Amino acid sequence: MRILVIGFGNPGRRDDGLGPALAARVAALNLPSVTVETDYQLAIEHAELVARHDVVIFADAARDVSAGAAYYLRPLPAASDQSGFSHHLSPPAVLHLAAHCFGAHPRAWLLGIRPSDLASFAEGLTPAADQNLTAAFAALVDRLASWQRDPAG
Amino acid sequence: MTENPTTLGTPGNGNGRTRMLTINPVTRIEGHGKVTILMDERNEVTAARLHIIEFRGFERFILGRPYWELPVIVQRLCGICPVSHHLAAAKAMDRIVGGEQLTPTAEKIRRLMHFGQIFQSHALHFFHLASPDLLFGTDGTATSAFGAPAAQRNVLGVAAKYPELAVQGVMMRKFGQEVIQATAGKKIHGTGAIPGGVNKNLSLTERDALLQDVPQMLTWARSAVQIARDFTLEHLVELLPFGSFDSHHFSIVRPEDGALELYDGVLRAVDRDGHHLVNGVDCQRYLEVVGEEVRAWSYMKFPFLRSLGPEKGWYRVGPLARLNTCAFIPTPEAEAARQEFLGLTHGKPNNITLCYHWARMIELLHAIEGIRDLLADPDLQGTDLVAQGPRREEAVGVVEAPRGTLFHHYRVNRHDEVTLCNLIVSTTHNNEPMNRAVTKVARDHFTGKTEITEGLLNHIEVAIRAYDPCLSCATHAMGRMALRVEVVDPQGNVLSARQSE
Repeated sequence: MRILVIGFGNPGRRDDGLGPALAARVAALNLPSVTVETDYQLAIEHAELVARHDVVIFADAARDVSAGAAYYLRPLPAASDQSGFSHHLSPPAVLHLAAHCFGAHPRAWLLGIRPSDLASFAEGLTPAADQNLTAAFAALVDRLASWQRDPAG
Repeated sequence: MTENPTTLGTPGNGNGRTRMLTINPVTRIEGHGKVTILMDERNEVTAARLHIIEFRGFERFILGRPYWELPVIVQRLCGICPVSHHLAAAKAMDRIVGGEQLTPTAEKIRRLMHFGQIFQSHALHFFHLASPDLLFGTDGTATSAFGAPAAQRNVLGVAAKYPELAVQGVMMRKFGQEVIQATAGKKIHGTGAIPGGVNKNLSLTERDALLQDVPQMLTWARSAVQIARDFTLEHLVELLPFGSFDSHHFSIVRPEDGALELYDGVLRAVDRDGHHLVNGVDCQRYLEVVGEEVRAWSYMKFPFLRSLGPEKGWYRVGPLARLNTCAFIPTPEAEAARQEFLGLTHGKPNNITLCYHWARMIELLHAIEGIRDLLADPDLQGTDLVAQGPRREEAVGVVEAPRGTLFHHYRVNRHDEVTLCNLIVSTTHNNEPMNRAVTKVARDHFTGKTEITEGLLNHIEVAIRAYDPCLSCATHAMGRMALRVEVVDPQGNVLSARQSE
């Protein structure tokens, strides 16, 4: 099974770098069959990358994590929800493009991690976000291990 | 997404009522903009404006930083054309370290990087943002330009109806990003260009990987030119007046012969008939040529040719302007396409706003021809990467970014700290033209209307999108600039006003 982890966001805006930070931790594990990608935002070319994998995890800072929780891991459908942010595509839109352009329908999840500061022009995560990242990373590692044991899981 | 139009009735002052229509945000441009259209009691448009409501702060943000950080740090201005900022800053820093006479390897690596940037950016704009305007009509066919249902006017709509075109767009953007990665080290915010040169050459493995895809990219680029050409000619009656007006045009050109030049050249401006207004001016003297006017209602300045003043000296930049200013394109297929393009206006400058799309695709073809030619050059595998010379304290770096001319101007003190930064980005040059395009479309398509439809709103956005503006790049003032919104009656009386705090 080919697994793709895409961490996206701007590390120059504090906790908006949660996605890339998660990706860096996964990359450091050097797991077989796991490809890791980092970018500032999702764009049309990610559809081609997504189409070459069976499972895709989009990792991003997410304001809508439930109170008291550090992260969520939600299944993602493909959807035509083109955002108003022009060149930027949402994860469901990338999946939609992968389906229509390349006939690919990977299983996909959104790993949303709670940020604390998305406003500052500064690099490095806040301590609170870093804690949330650690929790999200541990959960993802468990999930990756279970997929590698049981691809249908 | 585009909000539903809001029509605000505003109390009059005895001269009738002026209605203000707001479109906010304008979609499928980078960053946010707001358009206001001022209409009188007879539903006639009296004025229209593109407001810039987003700003960054780079000119202040980087003061005090060491100069060698600039080529990397300024890329944070934009996630779409960071290579343009990377190269403009690097060119300025070349002069700071006295290394502006680059080694052949360094100059060709940078040119290859820039062609990759032009290629991916033009492909992204055309297939992702502009093609819905060109491919869909009111009923999902191209019988009428611009009027497609909102739900269909995006790249996902293109993918659903024309998947082969969407695939081309995806793969061309991907190829351009791979050229950037091979030359800059990363697809986004790379580090390849350093003061005085580059930090890597192109390995034979990297070269061969790129060469493998060149024939396909050439084929698709030719096809893209054909799509833009056919759309233009098939809808010519509709396009000729659409947001169009005579203007001056501005770009850099190759010093010795006036050829199209995207990486390095001298300043040239032409008038609507093609006569030179500015020619052969060294980019270091740009402040003698270009001034910037500030208007209270926009964060974005209004550049103009100093010789003509703010009222008459405004001009356009970008693909349309570059094809109008240059004497020729130095690659054969793009030059042949340019000849046909100029035939539409009998050899005179083309002032049809929506011809930006055709011009952009001709440059896309030029970029892949340039990539092909450079990849055959063994200098790319050279090892002499950095030049140095006498140190300077002030320098200007200029490139033609995908959207137009980009100026980076810096001063660096003896402690290596940046003490001055002035950026004039492509979209800022096009500020006045975009406002004129919006006004023209508003007058032509809104006047006399009582109901503002989604299709009519899209007309405004189509006119703005032709310029491929990047508003997040264009607004870089630090602090609280006044943004004043006014409702004005036909006599010029301010009926209502509001200013940002």
